[in-house]
Amino acid sequence: MIELWFAVIAFLWTGYFVLEGFDFGVGMLAPLVSRNAAEQRAGLETIGPVWDGNEVWLITAVGAMFAAFPAWYAGLFSTFYLPVVLVLAGLIVRGVGLEWRGKVTNPLWCDLGIVVGSAIPAFLWGAIFASLLFGGVAPALLGGAFTLAVCALHGAVFLALRTTGPVRRRARTVALAAGAVTIPVAVFALSSLGTAPALAAMAALAAATALIWRRREGWAFTATAGAIVLTTLAVFMELRVRPLPGLTLAEAASGPYTLTMLTWIGLITLPFILVYQGWTYWVFRKRIKVPA
Amino acid sequence: MDALDLARWQFGVTTVYHFLFVPLTIGLGIFVAGLQTAWHRTGKEQYLTLTKFFGKLFLINFAMGVVTGIVQEFQFGMNWSEYSVFVGDVFGAPLAMEALLAFFMESTFLGLWIFGWDRLPKRAHLACIWAAAVGSNVSAYFILAANAWMKHPVGYEVVDGRARMTDLWAVLTNPTALAQVPHVIGAAFIVAGGFVLAVCGYWMLRTRRTGDGGMWRGAARAALVMTALAGVLVAATGDTSAKLMYEQQPMKLASAEGLERDTAAAPFSLVPGVEIPAVLSFLATNDPGATVQGTEDLQRRFERQFGPGDYRPDQTIVFWSFRVMIVFGLSTVGLSVLGLWLTRRRRPFPAWLSRALLLSLPLPLVAVTAGWLLSEIGRQPWTVAGELLTASSVSPGVSLAEVATSLTLFTLLYGALAVAETVLLTRHVRKGAAERAPLPAAERREPSLMY
Repeated sequence: MIELWFAVIAFLWTGYFVLEGFDFGVGMLAPLVSRNAAEQRAGLETIGPVWDGNEVWLITAVGAMFAAFPAWYAGLFSTFYLPVVLVLAGLIVRGVGLEWRGKVTNPLWCDLGIVVGSAIPAFLWGAIFASLLFGGVAPALLGGAFTLAVCALHGAVFLALRTTGPVRRRARTVALAAGAVTIPVAVFALSSLGTAPALAAMAALAAATALIWRRREGWAFTATAGAIVLTTLAVFMELRVRPLPGLTLAEAASGPYTLTMLTWIGLITLPFILVYQGWTYWVFRKRIKVPA
Repeated sequence: MDALDLARWQFGVTTVYHFLFVPLTIGLGIFVAGLQTAWHRTGKEQYLTLTKFFGKLFLINFAMGVVTGIVQEFQFGMNWSEYSVFVGDVFGAPLAMEALLAFFMESTFLGLWIFGWDRLPKRAHLACIWAAAVGSNVSAYFILAANAWMKHPVGYEVVDGRARMTDLWAVLTNPTALAQVPHVIGAAFIVAGGFVLAVCGYWMLRTRRTGDGGMWRGAARAALVMTALAGVLVAATGDTSAKLMYEQQPMKLASAEGLERDTAAAPFSLVPGVEIPAVLSFLATNDPGATVQGTEDLQRRFERQFGPGDYRPDQTIVFWSFRVMIVFGLSTVGLSVLGLWLTRRRRPFPAWLSRALLLSLPLPLVAVTAGWLLSEIGRQPWTVAGELLTASSVSPGVSLAEVATSLTLFTLLYGALAVAETVLLTRHVRKGAAERAPLPAAERREPSLMY
């Protein structure tokens, strides 16, 4: 049961990084791929209906950690206190930026908030998890650089997949540039893990860059998403025995009764959530037309 | 000042701030869904106009509720790690359920609603706003069940210094929660009703001479009904809460009344020195002769039970927040009942009433804030009543400098956002329901509610 809930939490974090990963990327890159207000708006509209739902994956992952592994939850967030504060500040300014930019006269402040508020968490989540695994500043910076680059690539590919015209063209160029940066960073970052999924993630990132070169946007997006899944898998495999230094998984876990109850609740609710979130993506599956 | 004090300040500031937006989300979501339903049923264009107008205000506010809510979920682990380790087994479950059963639904369907005006069938689009609004209300239930457990822990045992859940059903049907949930949700509807009333009051004043305030009159009447009904619910469940407090949290009750000694036929204190005999006993037990425990006598008993220490919460805050909650809350409800009476059978809103309605925005917000101060400061010195002290709940590894940094950052950020939100809401209220002329569907490719 403890192993199962560890897997559930790994799944929730994976979902979060895959989904919010492209939100962060789009948020950071929207000004870069647009030349006017309409294009900027179209770029952000690719994530408009879904980013808030994507963020709930984080809320759920953290809530599930609190319920299933209280000591892990408490230890993780009190240890990485200031980075987590900055993540929260980032998510705050990004969230209000996205919601408010269409309702203000001059969206400059909102756009700034979206860029900064996307880049900070994209960097810090990598830094936090790298620091958790290896300790020290250098691995943290490398881990942060890695997730920042991967989110940029993932977001650029998503933009190319979901838009038309000049925005799509620029997004492809940005994606190629992001790929060129991501691959060497990934070689350094993932080789320190060295496990099979980490190496496969490296290959997936290379494949994504090649696929976007060949204009296979759908497949390229599958590859970046796959790379994030594999990386998260590699990280959680390392955490499986000791989710925090000096804490075993069994020590961190809630009692069997609570885990059983959580299992039932998860089994009942998750299928519905996956269906209606999937339906959202289906409703908004059309490319966003960029006005000429 | 040590890290504990600052951590308490931070939790207080961020929570009170969060709850300025939450009640509006809870109540206004349902109100907007109701407006859209009215449009759907009658086809009258004015309901669509109102839906979009209040929908926009709802969304501006919703963003703030969401982003300040994320902070809350992390804060237990960040600042209160000892608390989190102690309670996680019990307290974490409703939080996880809140995310799974409420937050996903709320955020996903709201996204569909905002962007789905032209892409969804009308009926499905209407269902989306209802799903989102119901999601907000469901989330309130779970978080309040978790909160109620801190004041009256049930369905658990303590094993190796940690609470272990033994009965989830008991946690979810905690009588404290069952009284608190309708009380807080009712209060949220008063806040939302008050907000709508203030906006309509403003517009009825502005359109008084032109005479085209009919739409605002209709919305105001609906909000008056909503506020008055919610007022009945809040008063009734407030009474239940007081009776539960007598049994479960006698120290809070005694502090709220400034009652120092165990007293038979205890009087209700209006303000210090003005008392109505036997009313407190009656309100707390339905028996005017019953004995209500006093703070000093409780202190002696708690010392015997839990060891040396001060078990009395801050008397001034608890006493006065109780009164502010009742007076400010009831005056809003009173205003709504008066408004219903004065405008019965198509009577027009007198100008002074429209002006008075502007007060219904701040009054209930002050009342709910005072209610939370009473509820949570009145719980002190415990985080979990009788089990865990606040002083033992704080994160041992987080330094004073770290909490000072985060408190400063959150305060500055929240302050700036409060100004921005106020400006934004004011501007959109002033602008009014400008897009009054309905555009043909073809030109509505870019709905007004989009980014």
